[in-house]
Amino acid sequence: MKTVVEGKPSLHETANSPSLSFEGVGLTYKDGTETLKDINLKVERDEFVSIVGPSGCGKSTLLKVASGLIDASQGNVVADRDRLGYVFQDATLLPWRTVASNVGLLAELHRIPKIERERRVKEALELVNLTGFADRHPRTLSGGMRMRASLARSLTMEPEVFLFDEPFGALDEITRERLNDELLQLFTTRHFAALFVTHSIYEAVYLSTRVVVMSPRPGRIVAEFKVPFSYPRGPEVRFSAGFAQLASDISSELRRTELE
Amino acid sequence: MIRLEGLPSAGEGLSKTKASSKSRKKFLDTVVPPIGFFILIIVVWELISASLSGSRKFLLPTPQSVFIHGFLARDAYSEILPSFVRTSLLALGGFAVAIVLGMLASAVMYRFRWLERAAFPYLVALQAVPILAIAPLMAVVFGYSFVAKGIVVVVIAFFPIAANFLLGLRSVDSGLDDLFRLHRVSWWTRFWKLAFPTALPQLLTGFRISAGLAVVGAIVGEEFFQAGVPGLGMRLLQYLQSVEYNRLYGALIMSSLLGIAFYSIFTWIGYRVLRNWHESAIQPES
Repeated sequence: MKTVVEGKPSLHETANSPSLSFEGVGLTYKDGTETLKDINLKVERDEFVSIVGPSGCGKSTLLKVASGLIDASQGNVVADRDRLGYVFQDATLLPWRTVASNVGLLAELHRIPKIERERRVKEALELVNLTGFADRHPRTLSGGMRMRASLARSLTMEPEVFLFDEPFGALDEITRERLNDELLQLFTTRHFAALFVTHSIYEAVYLSTRVVVMSPRPGRIVAEFKVPFSYPRGPEVRFSAGFAQLASDISSELRRTELE
Repeated sequence: MIRLEGLPSAGEGLSKTKASSKSRKKFLDTVVPPIGFFILIIVVWELISASLSGSRKFLLPTPQSVFIHGFLARDAYSEILPSFVRTSLLALGGFAVAIVLGMLASAVMYRFRWLERAAFPYLVALQAVPILAIAPLMAVVFGYSFVAKGIVVVVIAFFPIAANFLLGLRSVDSGLDDLFRLHRVSWWTRFWKLAFPTALPQLLTGFRISAGLAVVGAIVGEEFFQAGVPGLGMRLLQYLQSVEYNRLYGALIMSSLLGIAFYSIFTWIGYRVLRNWHESAIQPES
């Protein structure tokens, strides 16, 4: 009941203006390498879109274009870049700072007053279950905890659009599944638009409202799958028949595009 | 007999906590070998000295002779100690200027890449010029002053600081670089919060190398100029010419101690600064 009440106005509100949209976006490097071609994609608030594709197809580049780190050579990208979260492949923490100080970095760069900054850091650390580790240095944390700290750092800016560049790729299976669940929890409580790049089809299906398949370079969107499961999702979704079928469909689509 | 006396104290050690006996063992492991080696050096020195024929004995006086006539004698230490202080000040002053100039040069070259391309080859060339070759020129331009000697120190200590710091500034992690670019920070903010801390380990390595070189520069400067308040470099030549070999070795040992002290202090500072996060300080090198 609660999700419906909250969901309705936000759906209505974002129906006109998606949080993130690509319109005919292409990227050609100076040496003539065509990396992205005619990308059309809209991600609205409360939508979680995953991108899967062969390695080197430009998935990560697409996120860089979305964030403005790279300018597109054709087309338009619309995104509110002041409320943008970006979680990289590595945790990218500053090794000389404590966890709390790392989490507060973005707020610090945006000159948010100290008291407000500390409040946000505390809240973000609670959200990712790192409260007891505020004074530790990154080197003393496990890979999963570092990724949590990285996630918390983005959360302090209360992002409307959240970009994830294979954030859990380097983690072991057990940690990865735990972080998937924590991310789902964040997604259902914080209401952002998520664009998630991954190599794992299962991860993509488990997390997403939609899964987008990209072709080898130059990267194009070749297929889009809607994921029918409702939120909140739990691990039992992974064992349902629909889950296996969808994962297998995406997998064969991926193989097909790789062979072309 | 000595062994028997040692046994009861070993028994006492057992009653103490495991941690303290462990730390004591570690202490003994780190302190005993250097002391043992020191004794070995003294013995070898003594042997060589004893083996020299009468007419050549002055070339290497015995250790106790150096200690008594080179340090303990009133007129010896009253000369060497002020010289030691003088040379320390010269090395420290030149080193301080080299730090400021070296870091400034690196930061500017880091900011303006074209300047690095233009100027860096000449810095390398400056490094390649033998210090003794430019000392006469310094004397002509700046006179036989403290400043002229200081410039010799600066020239020799500058390059390792500048080169290491620049290398460090350039080794910012590309992911962190993306993060900072994403939030569109100013060049200064990026420098202070990202590039400078990234470069700290290399900068401190530069300090360590230059600290030792600064002492070398100070002594070379003093030896060449032979004017002004006498430092260790002047004393070395003076004792050599007046055939006071006890004092010559005394001054030599003081010079070495100064170099070791400089190196150790900056190694220690580096360890203190980096110990929380950098691998080099987490497993301190010997």
